[in-house]
Order: sequence, then structure tokens, then C-alpha cells
Amino acid sequence: MGRSERQDGAMRLEVEDLTVHRGGRLVIAGLGFAVDRGEALILRGPNGVGKSTLLRALAGLAPPSGGRITLTPDLALEDHVALTGHLDAIKLQMSVAENLRFWAGLHGGDADAALIGAGLEALADRPAGFCSAGQKRRLGLARLLLAGRAIWLMDEPTVSLDREAEAWLTGQVRTHCAGGGMAVIATHVALDLPAARVLRMQRPEPQAAHGTDPFLQGRWG
Amino acid sequence: MRAARALLLRELALALRSGGGAGLGLAFFLIVLLIAPLGIGPELGLLSRVAPGLIWIAALLACLLSLDRLFQADLEDGSLDVLALSPLPMEAVVALKALAHWLTTGLPLVVAAPVLALTLALPGPAYLPMVIGLLIGTPALSFIGAVGAALTVGIRRGGLLLSLLVLPLYIPTLIFGAQAAIRAGRGLDPATPLLLTGAITLFTLALAPFAAAAALRINLR
Repeated sequence: MGRSERQDGAMRLEVEDLTVHRGGRLVIAGLGFAVDRGEALILRGPNGVGKSTLLRALAGLAPPSGGRITLTPDLALEDHVALTGHLDAIKLQMSVAENLRFWAGLHGGDADAALIGAGLEALADRPAGFCSAGQKRRLGLARLLLAGRAIWLMDEPTVSLDREAEAWLTGQVRTHCAGGGMAVIATHVALDLPAARVLRMQRPEPQAAHGTDPFLQGRWG
Repeated sequence: MRAARALLLRELALALRSGGGAGLGLAFFLIVLLIAPLGIGPELGLLSRVAPGLIWIAALLACLLSLDRLFQADLEDGSLDVLALSPLPMEAVVALKALAHWLTTGLPLVVAAPVLALTLALPGPAYLPMVIGLLIGTPALSFIGAVGAALTVGIRRGGLLLSLLVLPLYIPTLIFGAQAAIRAGRGLDPATPLLLTGAITLFTLALAPFAAAAALRINLR
């Protein structure tokens, strides 16, 4: 499922005048940008500026309260994104290989290839609960390899990775983009992605921040 | 289908492993029904009269025990985001998780109930209607519970709130399920309460996945 989407012609993720509220508070206001096939976009900005919220909005988990997120050609965004957040979505009671096999079953990828691709084959039978933080993060990132989604949304992917793993990660992002994929990465470290564009996010204007969440107003206000 | 199978097998594996809580409901059911005669006293006539109600109340409470972790564990480790973005619709995720809950919690109760009914001196003709009632009634407990679990997923120690939300909704199943065994014990026809128990279950199977999926989407925002 979804394996062939990278062959699609011109794919473009467009964000226009995006406004997102979280917990009734305005987090993102009037944000616009576009990502084309093969591009990586790096989100920068101080803590709390809305990088994670933006990624969740792009993934369709946090519905925008204004503006539009469109994927051209006219495709359902949620079928084409893969998100890695602060949490690795790993079940600690299952082994590394079992975690990957479950995701492979869910998305239809190749678990063994992802295991080798992430350099985790030596840990295959180890319960994920006994892996180090960096190993868990690698396992979490390996999910992107088998999901076969065109748009990778990554929230601070380098946390707890060592230099070698970080190089592996940037290599994977480059390969993904070279194959026609896209990546939106929120990070504080300088990633070795020379072709990537940088989006500096800023806090919304204070007066605008007083607005209430239209979602709450419309239904319960 | 592949994704559905992967999720169901994962849920069953997790429930049976450490911290999964599959045995929890059954152990609770055993203890309550074994100590009830000690509290009520050895008078067989009284015991056999309260047996159907006691068995059903114990089944209700046993089902509740493991419900609060149904979605919470997945929310805490980030798996719920992955499931929300998977090719499976959220409604299917809910239905499969509730089904796994029933297989690991409800079904063992159905098997254990006839043995425990001996200690409560359940009248002979009541055995079969009681087992059939539990078999067709307990899925409703898991599916109604899934709605409560989805509503309280973001709340720490949400178990108490979950019980308050869910127990009133269990009442119809309790009344008709217990009535089937009571009527059969008095030599009456148990068909009507059994049919109503089945009707409630069918109604919940159809409705609960949609309600729970909507609640989860709001909690993921």
C-alpha cells in the first residue's frame, strides 16, 4: 500500500496562511510555505514556537483553525505522511524485530530490510525495554523506512543519537529526498543537509494571541 | 486485512505479556466469586438465588479493570499517533483493540463462569443460559468500555472516571444477562432476555467504534 506514491509526478505540499490553536491558545498564525518533491525543510525557532504543533497539523492530527494545507496533486495528506515525534511509539515488552514487524504489517513494508537499514540486526531479539535511548530512537526512526510514505515529518529526530547515528539519519533523509520524497524536520542541531531550506518560525503577535480557538467557539461557545 | 491482523496479533501479544493485564480480570472474577459465599453464608437457597446477579456483577467489574489502559498505554508511548496515521481507519483500530480486549478478558470469564457457578449453587437449568448470556453479552462490555476509555485517555488516573461513565451503560446488559439465568433457574423460557442481550451487543458493536474514534481524534489534537 502506498509503495508507488514516490513515482508520482509533481508532488507539492503547500501551506497557506496557516493558523493553529492548541488548548485554546494561538500557537501558529499566518504561516505559509511550500515543499516540493525532493526537498527537505528544516524548522528552526525557540522552544514553544510551535514546531511540534506545525508537524502535528501537517500530519492531520491537529486540525488547523484557519488557512489551508494542501498536497498537490489532490491527494489525502494523511495517507502520505509519516510522523516521528518526541516519543518513539515503541512497545517495550516486544523485541526490536517484533516492533518492526508490527509496523511492517500495518504499513506493508519490509521489516527485515528496515532492520538492516537501521543497523539494528544485532539487537533484533532484544526486548525494546532493554535498549538504550539512542537505540530506541533508531528503532523509532526505522519506522519511516518501512512506512513508504512520501512526506517525513520529524520532530527533533537527533535527540539521544550519537554522531554515527546522526550521520546515518541524515544519509537516510538525503536518500529519501533523492528518491522524490520530502522531509520536514524540526531540529536544533546543524544537520548535514546542505540542500535543505530553513524556515525560521516566530511567535505570533501578542495581540493576535488573545484570540480564542474557533473550534471551541464554534461548537461549545 | 494485513494491517488488521497485525494489530490484533500485537494487541493479543501485549495483553498476554508482563503488564498486559489479560489475567487480571480473570483473577478478579475468581476471587470475587470465591469469597462471595463466605460473606453471604452457606445457605444454598439464598446463594442459588443471588448467583446469576453476582456472576454478572463480577464480570462487569472484571471487564472494567483492564479497560483504562486500552488506549492510554498507546497514547503515552506515541503509538496512538502511529495508529492514527496508519492505513487502518481509527474506527477499525478501536474495533480491533476492543475485540482483543474481549478475547483476553471477556472470553476467559465465559469459560471460568460455569466452574465458579458451582460454588454459588447455581440451579442446573440456569447453566447454559448463563454461559450463552455471558458469551453474547460480554462483547458489549468491551465495546462500551472502549468509548469510556477513549474519552478518558488523556486523564491521569482516569480509571475512576471511566467506571462512572461506563457502569451506567452496562446496566441493560446486566439486567437482561442476569434475567436469562434467573428465568431458566425458575424453569421459565430464557429466550427473550437472551435475545435482548444479543441486541444490545449488536447495537454497541455498530456504534461504539465510531464514538470512540471521534473521542480519540479530539484527544490527539
